This record gives sequence, C-alpha cells and structure tokens, in this order.
Amino acid sequence: MTIDYRKIGLKVGLECHQQLATREKLFCGCRPELFKGEPEITFLRRLRPTQSELGQIDPAAYFEFQKGVKILYEADTKTSCLVEMDEEPPHDLNREALEIALMVALMMGAKPVDEIHVMRKIVIDGSNTTGFQRTCVVALNGSITVDGKEIPIEHVSLEEDAARKVGEEGLVIRYRIDRLGIPLIEVATGPVISSPEEAEKVALAIGKIFRATKRVRRGIGTIRQDLNISIKDGALIEIKGVQELELISKVVEYEVQRQLNLLKIRDEVRRRGLREEDLREEFVDVTLLFKETQCRVLRRSIERGDIVLAVKLPKFAGLLGFELTPGLRFGGELSDRAKFWGRVSGILHSDELKSYGVTDEEIAELKRVMGALEEDAIVLVAGKADNARDALKAVVERAREALRGVPEETRAANPDGTTRYMRPRPGAARMYPETDIPPIKVTKDLLEKIKMQLPKSPEEKVREIMKVYGINEKLARQLLDTEYDELFETIVRETRVAPTVVATILTETLKALKRDGFNISVLTDEQIIETFRLVDRGITTKEAIPEILKWLCKHEGANPADVIKELGLTMISEEDLQRIIDEYIEKNKSLILERGLSALGTLMGLIMKDLRGRVKPETVNRILKEKISGKITIK
Amino acid sequence: MDERLPGYKGLALKLLLDAGAEIGDLVRIIKDDVVLEGILIPRSEYGDERHITIKIRSGYNIGVEVTPSTRIERVSPETKPAFIPPQPPEQKPGLPKVSILGTGGTIASRVDYRTGAVRPVMSASELYSIVPELADIAVIETEMLFNILSEDMTPKYWSIMAEAVARHIRSGVQGVVIAHGTDTMGYSAAALSFALQNLPVPVILVGAQRSGDRPSSDAALNLIGAVTAASRAPFAEVSVAMHETTSDESIILHRGTKVRKCHTSRRDAFKTINATPLARVIGDKIFMLTDEYRPRDSNRELILKPNFDERAALIKFYPGIRPELIDWLVSGGYRGIVLEGTGLGHVCRECFPAIKRAIDRGVVIAMASQCIWGRVNMNVYSTGRDLLAMGVVPLGDMLPETALVKMMWCLAQTSDPEEVKRLLLTNVAGEISQRTVEYIEPPKTVVGRADGN
Ligand SMILES: [Zn+2]
Repeated sequence: MTIDYRKIGLKVGLECHQQLATREKLFCGCRPELFKGEPEITFLRRLRPTQSELGQIDPAAYFEFQKGVKILYEADTKTSCLVEMDEEPPHDLNREALEIALMVALMMGAKPVDEIHVMRKIVIDGSNTTGFQRTCVVALNGSITVDGKEIPIEHVSLEEDAARKVGEEGLVIRYRIDRLGIPLIEVATGPVISSPEEAEKVALAIGKIFRATKRVRRGIGTIRQDLNISIKDGALIEIKGVQELELISKVVEYEVQRQLNLLKIRDEVRRRGLREEDLREEFVDVTLLFKETQCRVLRRSIERGDIVLAVKLPKFAGLLGFELTPGLRFGGELSDRAKFWGRVSGILHSDELKSYGVTDEEIAELKRVMGALEEDAIVLVAGKADNARDALKAVVERAREALRGVPEETRAANPDGTTRYMRPRPGAARMYPETDIPPIKVTKDLLEKIKMQLPKSPEEKVREIMKVYGINEKLARQLLDTEYDELFETIVRETRVAPTVVATILTETLKALKRDGFNISVLTDEQIIETFRLVDRGITTKEAIPEILKWLCKHEGANPADVIKELGLTMISEEDLQRIIDEYIEKNKSLILERGLSALGTLMGLIMKDLRGRVKPETVNRILKEKISGKITIK
Repeated sequence: MDERLPGYKGLALKLLLDAGAEIGDLVRIIKDDVVLEGILIPRSEYGDERHITIKIRSGYNIGVEVTPSTRIERVSPETKPAFIPPQPPEQKPGLPKVSILGTGGTIASRVDYRTGAVRPVMSASELYSIVPELADIAVIETEMLFNILSEDMTPKYWSIMAEAVARHIRSGVQGVVIAHGTDTMGYSAAALSFALQNLPVPVILVGAQRSGDRPSSDAALNLIGAVTAASRAPFAEVSVAMHETTSDESIILHRGTKVRKCHTSRRDAFKTINATPLARVIGDKIFMLTDEYRPRDSNRELILKPNFDERAALIKFYPGIRPELIDWLVSGGYRGIVLEGTGLGHVCRECFPAIKRAIDRGVVIAMASQCIWGRVNMNVYSTGRDLLAMGVVPLGDMLPETALVKMMWCLAQTSDPEEVKRLLLTNVAGEISQRTVEYIEPPKTVVGRADGN
C-alpha cells in the first residue's frame, strides 16, 4: 500500500532529546552515570496528584494513586545524592550544561532568552522523585535547513533526565534514580514534517548538530526522540522514546497505517449501525463456564482464584482480529487499555478464543450466556474482581472511541517501530516555577564566549574534510554520519596510512561488518588507532584490517598486536616470500609457459588469496613480474 | 511596588503601568526585531527591574529584558480561572471529631498553573478534597489561628496556640492537630507540653519538609498520620507527627518535649532525643513504642497555663566566649539563662565571675549540654562541681531548646528564683528523666502492639 502522505495531511513534529557529556548532573554534583548490580539504597514513595487552581486532577494519575500504586526507588551513593532522593533542594543550574545548550541553540539560529526560568513540569508516573521534571527554555525560534526545506525550531530547552524504570511487581513500580538529573537538551521542531523519510532526515540533522558540539553523551539510551503525529480526520498522537534514528520513519509509517485502519474500523462499525449507547458496561461472571476448560490461560487464572469476566461488544465480530500495524490487531488496543486501567495481563476475545484452546461447545455456551449474535464480539478478562471490572470498563470505553475514530493518546515506541498505549494524553502542560532556583541571566559576555567556541556546522565540516584530506564527498559525509570524523583525523595525524584508506575502513568496512552481524559497538577508538599503527609500522597490511576488526568484535577488549599473531597475519619477510612465490611458479609452470606475462594476474590472485594481509600486493606483484619475466627470457 | 504587579519595580513597572497590564493578562513585548507574547507572571521580590516574566504558549516562563524603547501591549485581559471544587468525599457517620488548627505554612495547597501562585488551603472542605483519606478517619473542623512563617514564631504565639487548643478540647473533640512550619515546631511542641497540662486527648503538631504543591510532598501522609493519632491514639500528650524514614511508609510520633529537628531538609528530620518515640502510625494502625505515657481520658479536666516570660535566653558556650554576654543579659533584665555547655555540662572558668554575679542578682542559671545526646553530670569534673556550688541548675537529659522553653514557662509561673529552680527539676511533661536506657533504633518495620484500633 503506497500512501500519499500529502493527501492524508500528515503532520509530524519532533522533540529530540540528547544527554550532555557534563562532569556533573544538572542540579547536583553527582556523576552523570548509570550503575550496574544491586542497589545500595532503596526507598518507597507515593506520588499524590496535585490539584490545580482550577480543581483539575490528571485522571490517569489520580486513578493510579487511588489503586495504591507505590514506587520503589533504587540508588547507589556514587550516582545519586539527597537531591535525586528529593531530600535536599536542587543546587544551582549546571553552567557547563547551560553553555552546551546555548551552543546548540546558536548553531540552530535560535534566539537565547534574556533570563532563564527553571520550571516544574508535573510528571507523576514515578520517573521523577519530586513528581515533576525540572526544565527550562534557553532559546526560541531557530531553524535548520533539511534538503532545502526550512524546519522551524520552536524551542531549545535544558532539562533533567528522568529515573529509569527497571521493573513492576503488582502495585509496586521500580525505578533507578541514577539517570535522574543527567542533563538533557530538548529541541522541538514545528509540526511541518510531511513524510516518514523527512522525519528521519530532520532527526538526523538535529542529531548531527548535537554531536558537532563534541560535548554530548554517546551510546544506547543517550538520545531519545518523541514524535507528534497527526493526519486529517485522525488525532494528534504523541509517541515517546524512540531510541534509534533508523526507526523514526518506520514509527511514522506505522502510526499513519494505524490511524488509517482505525478510521476504516470507524466506518465499518458505523456502517453496521452501531451506536454509542449499544456499548454497555454489562459484565457477566463466566468463571463457572470455564471450570473444566482446556484453555491453559483461563485454567491457570481460575486455579489462582481469579474470576473470568465477560462483556459483549455488539457488532464488533471480526473487527478485533483486524490488523492495524504488523503484529498489532484492534484487539491489542483493547488489551493495552485493559492492562493499563485494570492491571490484568491481557484480554481474550471471540475472534481468537479457538486458538487458545477454548472448545466450540464452550464458545457456544458463552454466546448463549452473553446473548451474543453472529455480528457481536465478546471480550474476556481474568483477574481479581475489581481489576477485571476496571479492565472491561476500559475495553468498553475504547470500543466507544472506535466509533469516533482515533482516540488522542500518548503511546510508547516498541523496538520494531510499532507502538503501544501508554496513557491518555495529558491536558495542557502543567508547569509552574521552580522557586528553589533563582532565574539565570544570559549575559552578552556569556553569549560572546560561546560564539567564540562555536563548532563548525556539519556542512562546513564535510567541506573541510574533503579539502584537507583529499577524500571524496561521499566518504566525507559517511565519516560525519557515522561520527568517526574525529577518530579519522586522529589516525591520519598519527600514521602515514592514506586518508582514503582510513576513511574507507571507518565507513564502508565497519558498515559491512555490522551488516554481517559483527558487534562493532565493542570496538574502542584505541583498538582502531592501534590497528592502523601496526599497518603504519609494517607489522601487518591494510588488507588485514577487516580480519583484525572481526576478531576484535568477537573478543571484546583484545589487543590488536596479539590478534595479528593469533591470526598469523604478521608480514612475511621478502626472503620467505621469494621462496613461496617460487613454489607457486613451479606449480603453475605450464600456465606461465603458455600465457607468458599475462599469467601474472591469475597467479597474483592465487597468491593473494592465500597470503592476504601478510604481504603487500605491490611486493608480490614486483617479485612475480621479475620471476615470470626471467622464466620467459630463459625460454 | 504596585500591588497589582507584585515584584515589579523601576523601568519594568513603568512600562507595564503605561500599558495598563496586570498579572494574568496576555501581553505582547516588542523590542528591536523581537516580538514575544505571553501571560504576565509576578516576579520574585529579589528580581531586578530590567526584566519582565511571561509564560509563553508552551507553558514555559521566560524573562524578557526591557529597555526604555521596549513597547508593551496588553493583548487581552486575564481570563480568571473559575475554580470548581471537586466533590468532597462522603462523610462517614460516627467518626471521631478532630480539630485542625492552622498557623501558617502550607500543609495543603493548590497551584495556579497560569501564574505559578501557590495558595495555601485550610478550609475543611478543601482539605477533604485534597486529602480525601481524611474523610475516612475523622470529622474535621478547621480554624486558622494566624498565618506566619515558623521562624517568626514567638512565645506570644505559643500562648495563642495553647488557648485555642484548650478551647477546642473543651468543645469536646477527640483530638487536636496543629499544622506548623517545621523550623520551630520543636519549640512550639515543648511550649504546648508545658502550657497544656492534664490533657484528656492528644495534641499533634504536624508539618511538611516538602511543600504541599509537590506531588512528592510529605504533607498529606504526615497529616493523615496526625489525624489518625489525634482521633484514636491511646495517649493524651503533645506530640509531633512526621515521617519516620525517607520512605512514605510510617509516621512517627515524638513526645513534644523530646523532639528536635536534626536535618535541614530530609523528610525524617525530626528525631526523638534521649528517649523512645511515643508511637508509629502505618496505614490506619497505631503502634505504641513505649508503655510510659498518659492514657487518653475524655473526663480528665484540662489545666491551661499558657503564659511564658520572654526574659530568658539560651547561650551556646564556645571556646573564646566573652563573659560580658552574661553581664549584658543580666543588665538587660533577663531573669533566666540556659547555658548550652560542653560535654557533661561545662563552661570556661573565665565565665565564673559573671555567672556568680548573675546568680547573686537572682537570675536563674541552668545547664544543658550541646552534645544533644546524653545527660549533664556536673559532679565528675571540678569545673562542674564549682558551677554547682555557685548555684547553676543541672538539667539532666533535657534538650537545650526544651530547657529554654521551660525556663520561660517557669518564670511565668512564679517570681521566686528558688521556686523556678525547683520547677525546672520537676518533670512536668516528660522533659526530664532519671534514667536513660541503651538507645535502640526503632525498627523500620511494623513492630510493637497495635493499640487503639
Ligand atoms: Zn546528586
């Protein structure tokens, strides 16, 4: 299915988040690092939804609170102090982080604000011990150009990263607060992006600017994008936490698909004559019906003491199994809601009961009990009585929303680019001033100082690399895209290996290795530099580099010099080479006699195949030429 | 400063007045090539006069620098938020009656997310709507006594509090809760312990280390613990209810004369010193941690002694202290001095003449220890023995702050220094004991027997 994204009115806005490589966290002196292993400190908290002056309470947050959700925080003393525990007021805003944020802002042509006010943005899921995220706008109204199109940058903000969720057991959600407080820059574009590819390109361009500062953190989880996606007649959907840039276009594509398919479902239920009042919260306890069932899911629940509760969804037959995006059926949307509001493990529905081992007799009986007709669907949940009820209420509510089309919600990205329900979209952002931190003036002196340190833009950098090192544009771009430009310059400076060779290895070779399933993320800069030094010193050849890198990928932390010995990739002395070539010539005597010098190519291939990486091709070529000429003359 | 434009002064104030703008209005600021629009926000009183704070559309506040050539336009007037109080929870019949008295600070508050203003909440119906759990515990009546910062508290306010508590107790409530700022809550707890004698029901002071506008505030749980104790605890004493640990799990009740704020910011800043805390509240259960308490008895007749004589001082001894300090207090008409001495209760010999002069003029001098933990014993070293011989009163295991409050209270009971000395050494409200046992850290999990449930 090809989609005309313009025709369906696709609008995407990006919020790109990037952790900054500062020495300390944003509001305290802790190290901006994560810890592994067992926590030294744990404590239990509850976050109470606060009331606004309007008397409003965030319904999802209030619901969680009423259910008695508790948060168990885990910490160690190296990466958190009393500030992250919300037991001490925040310290002053980290100046280093502010300077990096201002640097990014200036690179995007955004105008720094005169005075920065740190705000508290209410976030009550437990990811912030305070119940709010500290955040501040540092600049407004910039723009970047991507493929000739101007993309407005609405704001550049600096904020604290949140704690990371590490588990959930019943009503207790576990978070680690090591990540809490790591400085994060946020860049928000206007909602002007009109295709999945463009979304990815914009994110890539913003990421390049971040990394051009050389002061951002790298690795998994240090960059995260949120996407705001809407189409005509659909809804504005916020998708949180896309960690891989390459996933962005897929996420947009799938979300468009999901919305279009939800609109199809809307049209279908309308066509079938469904009205909102047909969807009733009439739940039937059908536990007894499944007392002897062969369905393992249901039997296990019943044995645990759960009840099985059922609801009829009139005119929904066949629609619950309708695929919205790969792997996500409409039933999955109902299931997500049931899990969120009812804390059940999922739902079973009439479109899939058979595949779960429910017999035809049981289905017939269920339909009879529920008074379901051919065109009706039935949804089952198993759980504690009130959880099951909450779950089915959420299912009925979601079914009602299907009549209206696409419900507004916040969704989370899955690693395959599909998304899952996270929570209803919060109302207008609830922000109020962080009174513990006085406003910070952005002085002209500070801006002047930053302007002096402004790094080259990625475009300027490409041109510079091409000019200084004489490599082609394609390689130069790839170096910047893969972020090996700095390593490239180091290697070229420290060795005499030709820049084009270095660039090719760092881009195409590594890309090929990754494609072949090698884990290139374990390679350290030092290992790569050392490998080139060995080539430079004549200990091995550039042809051996791919083999060495493969070995290093498989043996994390290995020493390149040892690898060469291990693989037998040391250079063969000219003396030995003379002897070896003699053997080849002897073996292929007839070929040489027959074809003379034109046999050189074939022999060259044979020898290089066996000795690749241990000899320089030009040396083999020279010796071969001498010897073959000799042979021919003798003849 | 203009009342309609709090925090604004100088050029910024002038520009805003010229534009006729008020807090909450949508304003447009035009300067050089920049045009910014947002809702006008109050400024901190320490802010300068060259910036205007606005809330832009995304919800963020920013400060905009103004110059004499900056133009400000009032785009539209404030749309006042209409407060719709949420339905108060249904009141359960037959619950105990508890009074909550406000003194300032924010045990509960509501945020105006438009202007950032945090408004304290005190009426019973609003308290119910913010902490709905209270409706399951007690029938609540509230009264705002005064609205001051805890550090502005004086002995006069202690008297007002004591009289108000007496009034509420006599009206027949099962307990009284006082919402109090935490900085001087320990002093107030001691003061009420002496002023309210022969209590029939508990009087619980409660505060918050994180303000009530935050989702992570300790205020609600502390308040729930306090109201639970006020309505059902088996003891009838003045106590302080605060978090026991950093976790939102248990509320610990400290005896009013034995409690001290020991941390600037932690939730569990309050500690019982030289004694065992009274009780612990977990959920709706109360666990007594000691057998030594005055039991609740609604028929007991309260005795109110609300007066304090402020002519008393607390002096912390330090190496190099000047004895003239004591002389200065005596000539200033002070009637009692609590010395916070070193170790077992010592001050330098250089101070001896000044102490002697003071005692000779009828000033009562008493000794507590700056060690905080432990009791003074002035028989061990000659310095202590000499001070005792001069007539300095050793206050045993009494906290220095409690000792000061008690001195003020004793001075108001009698004009006879000898009688003051006798009273100081008489246990009135658990402030002084003859026995200190090995300190056992109260277990952090549920222990003790459930009482009053
Ligand atoms: Zn810290």
